[in-house]
Amino acid sequence: MKNASLLLDDPGWIITLKALIVFAVCVVLTIMSVWAERRIVARMQMRVGPNRVGKFGLIQALADGVKLALKEDLIPAAADKVVFVIAPIISATTAFMAFAVMPLTGPVNFFGEETVMQLTDLPVGVLYVLAIASVGVYGIVLAGWSSGSTYPLLGGLRSSAQVISYEIAMGLSLVAVFIYSGSMSTSAIVQAQQETWWYGLVLFPSFVIYAISMVGETNRAPFDLAEAEGELVGGFHTEYSSLKFALFFLAEYVNIIAVSALATTLFLGGYHAIPGLGFTEQWLGGWFTLVWFFIKVLFFFFIFVWLRGTLPRLRYDQFMQFGWKVLIPVSLLWILVVATLRVISTSSQSRIVTFGFAGLVVLIVLAISTAFDNSKKKRTSFVHPEPSAPDFAVPSLPSEITTINVSKQGGDRG
Amino acid sequence: MADQNESNSLQPHGSNDVDITSVSYEKVDQPGPKSFWTQLQGFWVTFITMFKKVNTVQYPEVKEPTAERFHGRHQLNRHPDGLEKCIGCELCAWACPADAIYVEGADNTPDHQMSPGERYGKVYQINYLRCVFCGLCIEACPTRALTMTNEYELADSTRSKLIFEKDDLLGPLRAGMLPPPHPMYPGSTDTNYYNGDIKEAHPSQEQK
Repeated sequence: MKNASLLLDDPGWIITLKALIVFAVCVVLTIMSVWAERRIVARMQMRVGPNRVGKFGLIQALADGVKLALKEDLIPAAADKVVFVIAPIISATTAFMAFAVMPLTGPVNFFGEETVMQLTDLPVGVLYVLAIASVGVYGIVLAGWSSGSTYPLLGGLRSSAQVISYEIAMGLSLVAVFIYSGSMSTSAIVQAQQETWWYGLVLFPSFVIYAISMVGETNRAPFDLAEAEGELVGGFHTEYSSLKFALFFLAEYVNIIAVSALATTLFLGGYHAIPGLGFTEQWLGGWFTLVWFFIKVLFFFFIFVWLRGTLPRLRYDQFMQFGWKVLIPVSLLWILVVATLRVISTSSQSRIVTFGFAGLVVLIVLAISTAFDNSKKKRTSFVHPEPSAPDFAVPSLPSEITTINVSKQGGDRG
Repeated sequence: MADQNESNSLQPHGSNDVDITSVSYEKVDQPGPKSFWTQLQGFWVTFITMFKKVNTVQYPEVKEPTAERFHGRHQLNRHPDGLEKCIGCELCAWACPADAIYVEGADNTPDHQMSPGERYGKVYQINYLRCVFCGLCIEACPTRALTMTNEYELADSTRSKLIFEKDDLLGPLRAGMLPPPHPMYPGSTDTNYYNGDIKEAHPSQEQK
């Protein structure tokens, strides 16, 4: 609770200033990340990307924002006017609110006041972030519903189903972190990682599950089913224009930054330097930790862009199957393992028991995976016996098609 | 008997008429899903592409030459002495699938000789809002008067600006050419022109 006590004696003007800074950082980061994303994805596709507005096209996103603001603000006749206006506001505000509990720096001197760059330090900070993210879904659902149009409704429904499903996996992946750090406060988790290793290594499965579910949570490629432009036009924001659309746009990118910041805080040691470079934390009177924090956040952001540049969109049913049948069971089992390990290591003195249990878990996982592979092999050899030639043409079931028969005459039959 | 015939005729064609099993087939194995690590290689592809040379041409600043035979804006050519090659035959207009060409021919007179022979194109318009750059007009032209350049920057702000007149389409006067109207090369017929006997304008062709 070192951070909490540092924050406790903050005067009101510092809190106001910090809130302003959080807001400004989010907006500037959004503008820069829109530009960076477009440039990086362009390079991945052997293009140049925006390079016209300003040096290297740096203020492209700003120009886009101005353009959006100057456009006609249209509210469809079929829309529920009040909800239609409120929805983007909910989306944007909740996106910003998540940043309130992120510890951006270690102890620093802020205009003569010893403090940390963190708006507030809740004892349940991470739960607060999850809760805020859940409220953010309302923005999307209400936007889809209030538009009074089919595609937005479908997009909103998809999005709500998606975010709710992946929030479960996300929450479960965080449980392991809570068990290990013994706290739900962001700053305490950062502190706890300093005493052991980064949780990204210690709790690697949790980290992987969180990383996957945070992509699902933010509606980003390859999980961008809510705004699948090939299927749903624009998804939930199809009917939105002008500033309201800009708010959704802003919310999406602030959300990306927010989940990246949470990942940094929980799994990559937060604002601390990477092991071995600890001396850099003292530079600039402690302000250099801010640089470390944003390096890590931008690393996650790059992963987001990389995923978008590489992977095609998932089919909806596959996506839900992955969330419910893979991520959630795996994280439940992993929590079981972590909890058991934790109990063993805290209660018994000998490390042999701990290692023995860990070895047992590894063996069981290996055995299950081998058995699974074997059964799959057996199943594939069983499912496809040599079919007896039918005396009339029957289309095969899609599940039965493993080969395509191509005749030498140029015809083909399923 | 009649009933049986009828029921026979109502039956579908015997399944042996087209026996799909008699056709010889070759089994082509479908490659199944790749292993996880093979699929991960896709990430390397996009990552390494970031450091490759981009394909983009910074167009208004950098202009890459077109393909050699790119179909661009048309040009009305001249004979080496400056007379126009176009004889106003309208074959190009008739060949045009988009109805983009309008030609009006007129008679050459001794004191107003625009092209060798009897006729010349008095009005020649190409509507670039209609033209599809197929090149059929070029194939149709009997005197090789109409050809295409590689010029492709044909955007403009009004419709009328995109209807090119004869002045816009005529090729430039090169060295040895005299601006028509002027008489034909002394002692020559139009056949000499088409055979390529005329290499440049004769001083006597110049009109005051």
